[in-house]
Amino acid sequence: MVRYYLSKTDVEDLVVGAAILGTGGGGDPYIGKLMVLQELERGRKIEIVSADEVDNDAFVVPVAAMGTPVVLVEKIPSGKEALFSLKLLENYFNRKVDFISPIEAGGINSTIPLVVGAERGLPVIDADGMGRAFPELQMVTLHIHGIKATPMAISDERGNAAILDTIDNYWAERIARVITVRYGGSAWIAIYPTFGKPYKEAAIRGSISLAIEIGRALRETKSAGKNPIDALLDVTHGFELFRGKIVDVQRFNIGGFARGEAVIDGLDDYKGSKLIIRFQNENLVAIRDNEIIASVPDLITVLDSESGRPITTERLRYGLRVLVIGIPCNEKWRTPKGLETVGPRYFGYNIDYVPIEVRIKGVSKP
Amino acid sequence: MTKYKIGIDVGSTHTDAVILDENNNLIHAEKTMTTSDVTSGIINALRLVLERSKVSKDDVVAVMFGTTHIINAIVQRKNLGRVGIIRIGLPATEAIEPTLDWPVDLKEAVNAGIAMIRGGHDYTGEPITSFDEDAVKKALKSFREKKVDAIAVTSVWSVVNPEHEVKVRELANDLLPGVPVVLSHEISSIGLLERENATILNAATIKVMINAINALREALRGMGLEHAKMFFAQNDGTTASAEYIVKFPIFTVIAPISNSIRGAYVLTGIPNAIVADTGGTTTNIGALVNGYPREALEVEIGGVRTNIRAPDVVAIGLAGGSIVETKDSDVKVGPVSVGYRLIYDGIAWGGNVITATDIALAKGVMFIDDPRCNPELARSKIPNWLVEKAYAKMVEMLEDALDRIKLRPEPETVILVGGGSAMWPKVLRGAKEVIRPEHAQYANAIGAATALVGAVVEKAYSYEQVSREKAIQDASEEAKKRAIEAGADPATVEVAEVEEIAMPYLPGNAVKVRVKAVGKLRL
Repeated sequence: MVRYYLSKTDVEDLVVGAAILGTGGGGDPYIGKLMVLQELERGRKIEIVSADEVDNDAFVVPVAAMGTPVVLVEKIPSGKEALFSLKLLENYFNRKVDFISPIEAGGINSTIPLVVGAERGLPVIDADGMGRAFPELQMVTLHIHGIKATPMAISDERGNAAILDTIDNYWAERIARVITVRYGGSAWIAIYPTFGKPYKEAAIRGSISLAIEIGRALRETKSAGKNPIDALLDVTHGFELFRGKIVDVQRFNIGGFARGEAVIDGLDDYKGSKLIIRFQNENLVAIRDNEIIASVPDLITVLDSESGRPITTERLRYGLRVLVIGIPCNEKWRTPKGLETVGPRYFGYNIDYVPIEVRIKGVSKP
Repeated sequence: MTKYKIGIDVGSTHTDAVILDENNNLIHAEKTMTTSDVTSGIINALRLVLERSKVSKDDVVAVMFGTTHIINAIVQRKNLGRVGIIRIGLPATEAIEPTLDWPVDLKEAVNAGIAMIRGGHDYTGEPITSFDEDAVKKALKSFREKKVDAIAVTSVWSVVNPEHEVKVRELANDLLPGVPVVLSHEISSIGLLERENATILNAATIKVMINAINALREALRGMGLEHAKMFFAQNDGTTASAEYIVKFPIFTVIAPISNSIRGAYVLTGIPNAIVADTGGTTTNIGALVNGYPREALEVEIGGVRTNIRAPDVVAIGLAGGSIVETKDSDVKVGPVSVGYRLIYDGIAWGGNVITATDIALAKGVMFIDDPRCNPELARSKIPNWLVEKAYAKMVEMLEDALDRIKLRPEPETVILVGGGSAMWPKVLRGAKEVIRPEHAQYANAIGAATALVGAVVEKAYSYEQVSREKAIQDASEEAKKRAIEAGADPATVEVAEVEEIAMPYLPGNAVKVRVKAVGKLRL
């Protein structure tokens, strides 16, 4: 199916999948879920199209929210903010947008384009620019493929809007961050405007369907009384990294980022073993008994072993029984420019990136 | 003349009543059955404890209730008030309407109309846009036509700046005199939807609280206790006068759980410990921190997400009445329970159902002061392997639950309370000591009877705009003022806790300050 409309169940599933692809960060998708459900409740439709459906010369604009999670849960969006940004870009280019797209598959930003799609009646491309969640605007596969983040538009709920044109994508991140603060801690962007051809080359395809598939697999296996984890690993081509109990969580507030680490004592097959997860908003590195077994940009997700629900980094705490899984990232992140942008060294870890499937082979199976 | 207090705790199966003297010595205690209307069970317990204690009615100065009226009304969707809902924040917040994800039956029972209005603030305290007073008036007039029972008002960042919520109350008092107006900044903290939900539920249960208080007051009068002051246990382990709680019924919604945690502190004097309250169906495990229950971030009530202050609890379906089942050599204990039928169905009482209590009796770790109970029946009828296996399983379930409430790996003191708590061993994994105090079975009613009057204020400040000292002072003054409103003796009110929580990623050094003030009862 290359074109379809989202159902309520799809949305519920998508949000679960987005939390898993959020790797511990990306913001609480609960608000995003309610926003989309509200659109459906109001009788609007959300059309998803596969990237193949996008003409080479179509005008494609990704949309997203940026800002502070605590603001998003208090100053709930109007749902129109991103429309202002989109409108401004359309005026700037004097051209109507043909398709919108998510920039981030994990967390709340998986849902924002759906709201815009519903409000504007625009199709949403089943693709994104991360295949997971990342904290900064240049951490996007479109950036790696040389697409400029600007001209971008940034708006708030009042209708304030600005166009940015910056010398590079890092400057777009820096300036947009300042504006976000002045707007009250949250802002809504239309960014990386481009055409169908370059978009299709640069984007990670199938991310919306993948998130829905993950959620559906978990839901269906759970209601059938089967093991949801096997289904989850099957859908994501992921690996079980560890099972255990969190015995320590340390947090440090460095440079405005919520950094920290969680120590997990092995249970069942992993008894006697220890796993350390280092995080900064998202989970970044997993170290088992002094050996790195997974690192960014591969995905590391911590799940509650009772409910199977993903646990965000801010909710990690002593005593939780958890299951840690690793999912290979998209190949685009494994290129030199990809690793320069989001590899372990960018986040301050002086280690080489080794793909998770290679690392896993080096670790003796429990 | 000695003055006495009566404490009442409503549990799912039993309603307990205790009488304490002014030094908190237990004078008398009674257990009765909980009734479906709650009130008649409370009256039974009150009457029994008064009659049998022989304490003179004139010497009873306060009756302190820990009740389930509010949670029952919400869960059963019964007698709830119809609420006019006002959200202030437009153009923000329009993406999600109030009560969007509520269970449909609850929404239908409560929601009498929604008005979304321009206004509200940013985290800096600056207005989002100008406040649309005309729209508020229009909404209030439509609520007047619909004859709403109460109004719930929630404004964006009212924990930083409540002025728009306060303004709505002024307008409502003018246009709908006598209709209660609940303002969200007086209910809970950051998180608009969760705070709004709690505010609406509070508004919907005011009528329930009024009816309960009237019925109880009538009953007290009938018993010659009209001079006694009525207090109601709050979720955070403190208590508040009837006059105050009638405005904030949601603060009582899960108070009985806190009562037992508080009671464990009163009975042992240990301020920091893990408390396990074992009843007939459920064991609730919470944490005592500086004499009060540790609080959770989120609480779901009747299928609705809220952020009211409530104890962090791990509940397991394992308690005195839990049914023990075997399948081949596998043993399962709970969550199904015989409940109050333990004294009919339990093996030791001559029944046919093996319960957790029977296992503990057969194991020889438990003694029950009830002539109808014969431990010999349990010992002879339940095979030894099953006793050993089931008891090991029960202990492991409890130990796992104890571990889940802990925040650190170090062993902690564990206090066991509740009617079913006698079944537990003296040594538990993860516990540096296990204490089961005298009167443990009445810990909840004792917790209700000994509570201090308290109030909590949570406000957000920017330490760049207001100095830290001034912010804490401001929140402290407000908390003290509210504690006095809640029925505390002004001369005794003091700040019990100050907590500062930095809000990450916000500039201007934004901090949430939470202050708890407590004082003795004003009698």
